Amino acid sequence: MKPADVLPEQVYTLTRADLVAYAEASGDHNPIHQDEDVARSVGLPGVIAHGMLTLALVGRAVETWTDGAEVVELGSKFTSPVVVPAEGGVDVVVNGTVKSVANGLVTLALQVTCEGQKVLGMPRATVRERGGRA
Amino acid sequence: MPVDPSLVGREYPAPRSLIVTADRVRAFAVALGHSGDGAVPPTFPIVLAFDAMQAFLDAEQVDLHRIVHGEQRFTYERPIRVGDELVATLAVTGVRHIGGADIIATASEVRDAFGELVCTGRATLVHAGAAGRGAS
Repeated sequence: MKPADVLPEQVYTLTRADLVAYAEASGDHNPIHQDEDVARSVGLPGVIAHGMLTLALVGRAVETWTDGAEVVELGSKFTSPVVVPAEGGVDVVVNGTVKSVANGLVTLALQVTCEGQKVLGMPRATVRERGGRA
Repeated sequence: MPVDPSLVGREYPAPRSLIVTADRVRAFAVALGHSGDGAVPPTFPIVLAFDAMQAFLDAEQVDLHRIVHGEQRFTYERPIRVGDELVATLAVTGVRHIGGADIIATASEVRDAFGELVCTGRATLVHAGAAGRGAS
């Protein structure tokens, strides 16, 4: 990987069933990810995906792009909710470019959108370069 | 009820450690859409950080459904491996009030059975007060 490399776009579809599965696996049973009424009662537009599920999809994209390189940093702001409809699903689109390669670390610049809107703020991932110094 | 700014600096250990088993990792990975036979997903330590956050919410009598996750950043000292015994401790690092909501900054350190730091999860929790709306 070298700076300015454009990485292939990754698209992941989220459904309500995925939110149930993620709640079970993560232990995060916050009802705003399951129950329309509770979500609206706290001012949300509807049932939203766990921010960490969206960030986990970034982790999947990074794993795909880097062939499972060791991640040393991963994070973002959750700036816009990913609203998941009761029927069907919604696509989360992850794009990335190589921002820098230095000191054995590869830093990626990321853009994560849902229905054309950015959903993650300042998403950032850094992985250890293959054969890079520990 | 607003969260008290005097909580800054206080620590909340998760009530129990987690032994990282192959089954636990596979279940988490499959829920993210991974095949389940690869490495531990980088967001796996949220399971530990969530336990510590729940300890904080319980101690301060904050309802989980009034919390929206505003930001999460992990830095990793080493990869998590099957066989690790891990526990997280959350520290409150900041409390601000904006538009009827509390913005609570936290840092959760995940350590192994030897006390070595494995990763740190820095989270911002947006707490909509009882009368509050407008969490995003």
